[in-house]
Amino acid sequence: MLDGVDLAVAEGEWVAVIGPNGAGKSTLLRAAAGLVSYAGSVRLDGDEASALSRRAIARRLAFVPQAPLLPAGMRVGEYVLLGRTAHVGPFGYESAGDLEAAGRALARLDLDALARRRLQTLSGGEQQRAVLGRALAQEAPLLLLDEPTSSLDIGRQQQALELVATLREQGDLTVLCAMHDITLAAQYADRLLVLSAGRLVAAGTPEEIASAELIAEHYGARVKVVAEGGTLAVVPVRRQ
Amino acid sequence: MSLAARPVEGGDSVRLPSPPRALLPVLGAAALLLVSVLVGLFVGPAGIGASSIVRDALSHVPLLGIHSHLSSTDSAIVWQLRAPRVALALLVGGMLALAGGSYQGVFRNPLVDPYLLGVAAGAGLGATIAICYANGATSSYDLLPIAAFAGAALGVTLAYTLGVSTASASNPAALVLAGVTIVAFLTAVQTFIQQQHQQSLQEIYSWILGSVDTAGWHDVLLALPYVAVASVVILLHRRVLDVLAVGDDEAATLGVNVRRVRLTIVVFATIGTAAVVAVSGLIGFVGIIVPHFVRLAIGSSYRIVLPLSLLVGGSFLVLCDVLARTVVSPEELPIGVVTAFFGAPFFAVVLRTSRSFR
Repeated sequence: MLDGVDLAVAEGEWVAVIGPNGAGKSTLLRAAAGLVSYAGSVRLDGDEASALSRRAIARRLAFVPQAPLLPAGMRVGEYVLLGRTAHVGPFGYESAGDLEAAGRALARLDLDALARRRLQTLSGGEQQRAVLGRALAQEAPLLLLDEPTSSLDIGRQQQALELVATLREQGDLTVLCAMHDITLAAQYADRLLVLSAGRLVAAGTPEEIASAELIAEHYGARVKVVAEGGTLAVVPVRRQ
Repeated sequence: MSLAARPVEGGDSVRLPSPPRALLPVLGAAALLLVSVLVGLFVGPAGIGASSIVRDALSHVPLLGIHSHLSSTDSAIVWQLRAPRVALALLVGGMLALAGGSYQGVFRNPLVDPYLLGVAAGAGLGATIAICYANGATSSYDLLPIAAFAGAALGVTLAYTLGVSTASASNPAALVLAGVTIVAFLTAVQTFIQQQHQQSLQEIYSWILGSVDTAGWHDVLLALPYVAVASVVILLHRRVLDVLAVGDDEAATLGVNVRRVRLTIVVFATIGTAAVVAVSGLIGFVGIIVPHFVRLAIGSSYRIVLPLSLLVGGSFLVLCDVLARTVVSPEELPIGVVTAFFGAPFFAVVLRTSRSFR
């Protein structure tokens, strides 16, 4: 249950929502995507989301869930093409423009060689790219990522976030993500929002938010924050 | 291993992904359909030669100058008995398979078909009521098909209303469970009525077993408009069903109005199924095994599965009907027995080979 959360994301920003388990990070994202009911208002580009059709919403935001359902037997190319659903006619077929948009998404994520492969034959990292490819094919200006790194190893976590960072540089992409890893959130996001027990308790730049006191207060964890050579890291400190 | 995203410049030739193409499999299935129709027309106890039938057919084509050698009796057998039967089997088999495939797509469950949501139980109850309480009226106007159609529609309406009123209205499994509940209830009512009218048991039973045994084109024309409309609407939703494969939430964020699509498919698939059940009784297994078979043979994309199910379902039922009327000739097997004969072992094979059950 979220209570009284007020948040605005500026165009081109990368905002990461962090907070302890059960704080409501995923719920916040899902409310923004219109997947859960809420009291209050969600505005996309000034328009009230509840007044928009699902198609209209899908043209403005692309949502990457925590555990996407990858239909067995579907090929990567077809899966990425699903991202064009909001652009094709209601019963219509993909136009040349749609095929090109999907082709661009495949190319940007280095999925060309995998386009004919079936989803279940891909590795975890490749599947992640396929899901991102589908989101990119939507060509929506806002990308919502729900826990994009939760089931990945440290190498893949970095690759995924580097990918999003590069995509953001290449095109106008605004990113709102929910993350549990404070260090990664601090390293990649422009702004952090801290949710705790459904309430927004802090907001600011990574330098402001990544502090031992704040983390102790909201997470109940003992950490020290290391800032070296322009990189921030939150390091857990064990009790001796 | 570099996984950085590559910027794509304007001049790059981008390899385009290709959506599943249905043309070749559809042509193949159409050929199968043609063969089945010919078998259905040529085979029968009257022993009319195939070439005579072809000549007779061509004699109706103007300007060809071909004359038929068939006697009027034989001609009537072919065009008033066999041809309507074949046409009805095509309509019924095609509609049942198409409706089954569309239900499977919209509920993301390979084992559902409209029967599960109450079409069978509702139609059975409607037919039972018509047979037991309105016996005199069945001859003056077609009460039996109307009652069966109304019963089928009522069954699904009850199941759908119950299903969407539950807390987990967005969960397709809730609808399936609601269907099971309604089916149990309607079957109980039907059994009660049957017990009160035991002399009608045989008539009810033989209706329920299903048959495409029809004389004249009346039944075909009765069901045709419903089947045509339902088929067109369902086929227009092929792509959307592929999108639904990623789950309700993801499909919604991709731009699909999931509740509206689900309702549309349920309504039209039910109308089509109710119409064919009204004229041919409850022929089982077609709605499940035909789409399944198509999926195993060709792949899971509904763009291909749906049109193929329509064609293969029609062919399948035509061939089952041929078996039904030749295997124990001059008696006829109820067609439901033939479809069950193929359906049950098919299920066993699917269970054994299906990865999802491991």
